[in-house]
Amino acid sequence: MGQITLQGVTKRFGEVEVIPPLDLTIEDGEFVVFVGPSGCGKSTLLRLIAGLEDVSAGDILIDGKNATDASPARRGLAMVFQSYALYPHMSVRKNIAFPLKMAGVSKPEQDRRIEAAAKALNLTSYLDRRPGQLSGGQRQRVAIGRAIVREPSAFLFDEPLSNLDAALRVGMRLEISELHNRLKTTMIYVTHDQVEAMTMADKIVVLQAGRIEQVGSPLDLYLRPKNVFVAGFIGSPRMNLFSGAAAAEYGAMTIGVRPEHIRISGQGGKWKGRVGVSEHLGSDSFFYVEDTGLAETITVRADGEVTLHHGDTVWLTPDEGKIHRFDTNGDRI
Amino acid sequence: MATRQTQGLARLMRAPAIILLFIWMIVPLCMTLYYSFLNYNLLNPGMTSWAGWFNYQYFYSDPAFFEAIGNTLILVLGVLFITVVLGIAIAMLIDKPIFGQGIVRILVISPFFVMPPVAALIWKNMIMHPSYGVLADVARFLGVQPVDWFAQYPLFSIILIVAWQWLPFATLILLTSLQSLDTEQMEAAEMDGAPAYSRFLYLVLPHMARAITVVILIQTIFLLGIYAEILVTTNGGPGTASTNLTFLIYRAARLNFDIGGAAAGGIIAVILANIVAVFLMRAVGRNLD
Repeated sequence: MGQITLQGVTKRFGEVEVIPPLDLTIEDGEFVVFVGPSGCGKSTLLRLIAGLEDVSAGDILIDGKNATDASPARRGLAMVFQSYALYPHMSVRKNIAFPLKMAGVSKPEQDRRIEAAAKALNLTSYLDRRPGQLSGGQRQRVAIGRAIVREPSAFLFDEPLSNLDAALRVGMRLEISELHNRLKTTMIYVTHDQVEAMTMADKIVVLQAGRIEQVGSPLDLYLRPKNVFVAGFIGSPRMNLFSGAAAAEYGAMTIGVRPEHIRISGQGGKWKGRVGVSEHLGSDSFFYVEDTGLAETITVRADGEVTLHHGDTVWLTPDEGKIHRFDTNGDRI
Repeated sequence: MATRQTQGLARLMRAPAIILLFIWMIVPLCMTLYYSFLNYNLLNPGMTSWAGWFNYQYFYSDPAFFEAIGNTLILVLGVLFITVVLGIAIAMLIDKPIFGQGIVRILVISPFFVMPPVAALIWKNMIMHPSYGVLADVARFLGVQPVDWFAQYPLFSIILIVAWQWLPFATLILLTSLQSLDTEQMEAAEMDGAPAYSRFLYLVLPHMARAITVVILIQTIFLLGIYAEILVTTNGGPGTASTNLTFLIYRAARLNFDIGGAAAGGIIAVILANIVAVFLMRAVGRNLD
């Protein structure tokens, strides 16, 4: 079981309110991703749930029981840190055994759980090495191993992949998703990378300045962003946002069109512009169109076979049904 | 970078410093060795003659010799124990953010700036003196007989003074080590359910192992040669109860004017110091890898 409920949770550092009162429910077995730009309070929120920071006001319920004042150890949660936080002078085996030893688990049971975790994470042949002798990805797996042997009610991940190189990150992303499918344990995952959020989450919580901007499934957020911030944050490349006359035409303060919802043509269309940088990825091509008079550049995603070059004059036509409209407060109309 | 040419050049550039250091070390050593085989007394400096191993035999057969070695070891180990244990405790205390942290840290470090004879005299005359020392006042206040520290516990008194002087050094080194401890590791241990004493035992102590080794090695080098504190307090006494090897050599050289005997003692001390060094490196040196 691992249902976590936050009720009016607030965090102040002195005068500064980092997290204004916030309510959130995380259901048992869910993979929840906290995502937001750096400094948005997502890590602080995770540390509040973990018990590493004290809440200034509000309650944290774990499985219905009030855990607001419980020590981190008593909450039954396991955390994977950004720096992995492995104990450098202990072997991998001892690192993984540490929480079990602290919990007073018997030696044979310890060995059984360590073997199981090591096998699941491909660490069996590294058990007697020190963390310093492992690569980044292996250290990450040891940190996860140390978390899973405790059989916690929920896992907390604090930007666990940000120290890995791009290829490894994709691999570990799959491994963590796989782990979640296998264990079916609640996981809370903090990241600033919206690709990680989109690919892994059952539910994404978008945060900005400590406030929750939107909570929903990845597709929900993608298809129906609640406001301009979420619209701009979710999706890669970013959604094109224009205001002014182009927006007024649709009865909105701001309109947003995703790059894949704009047709680009050399013959004619709605908005005229000039191709700036173009990126050909083979499967897709991205064009950064300038001089449209709407925004500095408009990003367009087109088929891989479209060949346009720097300086070509083009016309852009948005897919009318897929235009997002926002009012003066930035909220969705 | 490390081509044969640059290596050769580097060796050439290093040579003057190394040669100078070598001469600096080897000349006094050779002179001491030479004197240790001479009958050479300052009361009769004209009458020097070859003595063979006599000086060594004489020094070795001195009844104070083994006592001095024992005292030296007790002194070194006692001071090491006090400074390391208290050093860890104080370092952990002043590592916490407290009001007036800067001043507290300066106060903690300040004993190190007091010269050894001055510190020893202050302890002798103002703290441990049986009639007007602070400790005597405390004893009288409690209604017990004041302790005559230097007469009753001479070696312990000296250990106390020297430990007081070296405590700041140990604290400082251990504090810097403590500050480099990763806070995420401590938090991870907290999440893993480790109570404070387990975190200390399994994380803080292993993390500080290297710093503790440095403290032990450096202090041992200096503590083997403790001399000024003994000279101004007990003068090696009562009898030879607080005489260490250094002080025994001093006695031979300056009280008996026996240069040959003192040189022999010096050579013995060098050999003993090297034996201690070998054991020490065996015991704690692997922490430095």
